[in-house]
Amino acid sequence: MEMRKFFSNELEKYMIQNSNIVVLNADLAKPNGFQDLSIKYSDRVFNVGIAEQNMACMAAGMSSYGFIPFICSFTPFATRRICDQIAISICYANQNVKIIGTDPGLTAEYNGGTHMSVEDIGVLRSIPNIVIFEPVDNNQLKYALPEILKYNGPVYIRMLRKEAPDIINNSSDFNLFGSKIIKTGTDVTIFCSGIMTSEAIRAGEILESQNISTEIINIHTIKPIDKSTVIKSAQKTKAVITAENHNIIGGLYSAVCEVLSENCPVPVKSIGIKDTFGQVGKLDYLKSVYNMQADDIVKSVHEVLKLKK
Amino acid sequence: MDYTKKCLEIRRDILFEIGTLGVGHIGGSFSIVELLVVLYYKHMNINPQDPNMIARDRLIVSKGHSGPAVYAVLCDKKYFPKDWLSTLNKPGTNLPSHCDMNRTPGIDMTTGSLGQGFSCAVGIAKASKLKQDGAYIYTIIGDGESQEGQIWEAAMFASQHKLNNLIAFTDNNKLQLDNYTDEICSIEPIDKKWESFNWNVVRVKNGNNCEEIDKAIIKAKNFDNNLPTMIILDTIKGHGLSFVENSKVNNHSMNITPDMLESGLKELSEMLSTMEAK
Repeated sequence: MEMRKFFSNELEKYMIQNSNIVVLNADLAKPNGFQDLSIKYSDRVFNVGIAEQNMACMAAGMSSYGFIPFICSFTPFATRRICDQIAISICYANQNVKIIGTDPGLTAEYNGGTHMSVEDIGVLRSIPNIVIFEPVDNNQLKYALPEILKYNGPVYIRMLRKEAPDIINNSSDFNLFGSKIIKTGTDVTIFCSGIMTSEAIRAGEILESQNISTEIINIHTIKPIDKSTVIKSAQKTKAVITAENHNIIGGLYSAVCEVLSENCPVPVKSIGIKDTFGQVGKLDYLKSVYNMQADDIVKSVHEVLKLKK
Repeated sequence: MDYTKKCLEIRRDILFEIGTLGVGHIGGSFSIVELLVVLYYKHMNINPQDPNMIARDRLIVSKGHSGPAVYAVLCDKKYFPKDWLSTLNKPGTNLPSHCDMNRTPGIDMTTGSLGQGFSCAVGIAKASKLKQDGAYIYTIIGDGESQEGQIWEAAMFASQHKLNNLIAFTDNNKLQLDNYTDEICSIEPIDKKWESFNWNVVRVKNGNNCEEIDKAIIKAKNFDNNLPTMIILDTIKGHGLSFVENSKVNNHSMNITPDMLESGLKELSEMLSTMEAK
């Protein structure tokens, strides 16, 4: 099932139990999968118009009244366009607003460079008091949602619209403030997020065939990052790769390096968008253009192993 | 309620707050004193003993730099002790220059980044409608703040969603930080702008007159339609104290020396004594 449909189905379950959950759209209810809910719950799921700044602050106001507002848009418009509104009215004011950004990074595909957020995590990660979560698949999202609702504070959910392959078999042990060890290994660690998790798993299979024992850890919550797991794995393997669908500046690479440079300085190589804008194209094409495929990860692993002491 | 006396006392406390520190947003604080007095002492359904009372009326001061004016009123209403007023902007204070709902009892929304508080107020008015609790939501924006595009995003939503529980005020004191508003980016004709956004509009010619403000609020509550109301208050920035008012374009944020504090407090006390003698 498409992630947008899956999410709105899951959210409805909680909306039935909790009348304080509301959803604000900025004229993207249809592409983001909220059209059915907006018909069914017209008073609680509404379109503010193409006005993201107003949407963010209205949500903050509604939160101050006891509501749990979800605000939804494409990733760049849910983040960089309204970063001051998120910083002041939501995070500084400590309001219980959940921000959904869809089509992150390369997954904006045919919407191209204008809609291809390479910076959303970086923008939000530098704002205090926000949790940043990027699900890998529907199953992980399913277990995350109740924790996100339980957490009283701002959360950014960086979400796909389209179908995501089922990758993580068991998410029942999900911890919003943890990470997911997908595979243990001893020679190198790949920290990965979002759509790059499947590339990391494929890379891991290639590396195993080359007798390189690979640990793969999904960092689903990039802020606050699961420091102890990151440090523990790096202490074991002493060589690290990060793989993310985002600019390597400000995203997962930065977050992992910030932790390791202070606690366990080991060589770290990055896979991701190398400080450039996006462009139109299908996902597979774009992954090849930006060197974000399993083979690119394998190549980086060989390079980082040369640096390993 | 003797509005004139109360306004003099509130101005005295604002001057004390800012003068004790030595600098602050005195001009835009003084221009809304009459409005705050009419709201807090007549119209607002609030309970200082229970600042978070459910279904209370709320005030969102979107021009958040007028915090010192709101603090003087909240203190007078006994939301917090009088000695807090000497802590404005000092280390660890609960009275920061811009309104902060997580620090100051009685502040309904954190504001300071202009344009945002108005949207928050629209969200709160929508929330109150969903809860059907009958609260009035008041909000104050500046004339300079009206240059923010976000104001007009929220304006469209409020009339579209028939938020007639929302009563907004424009503190039209004709000055913004750098210069006269008309010299930078005029907001006029501001009444026609709001009318064209499908709001009820009331213009108060003397926005520093409590009786006129009171009448405007009563009118707003009695409009026989579902629209939100904008009350445009033609005010004077720095109104009520000669050296502040006379500083005009320089009174947005002013240095207040100990001598100025002393002479200002004296001027306000004399006005109070003269009034009491009458």
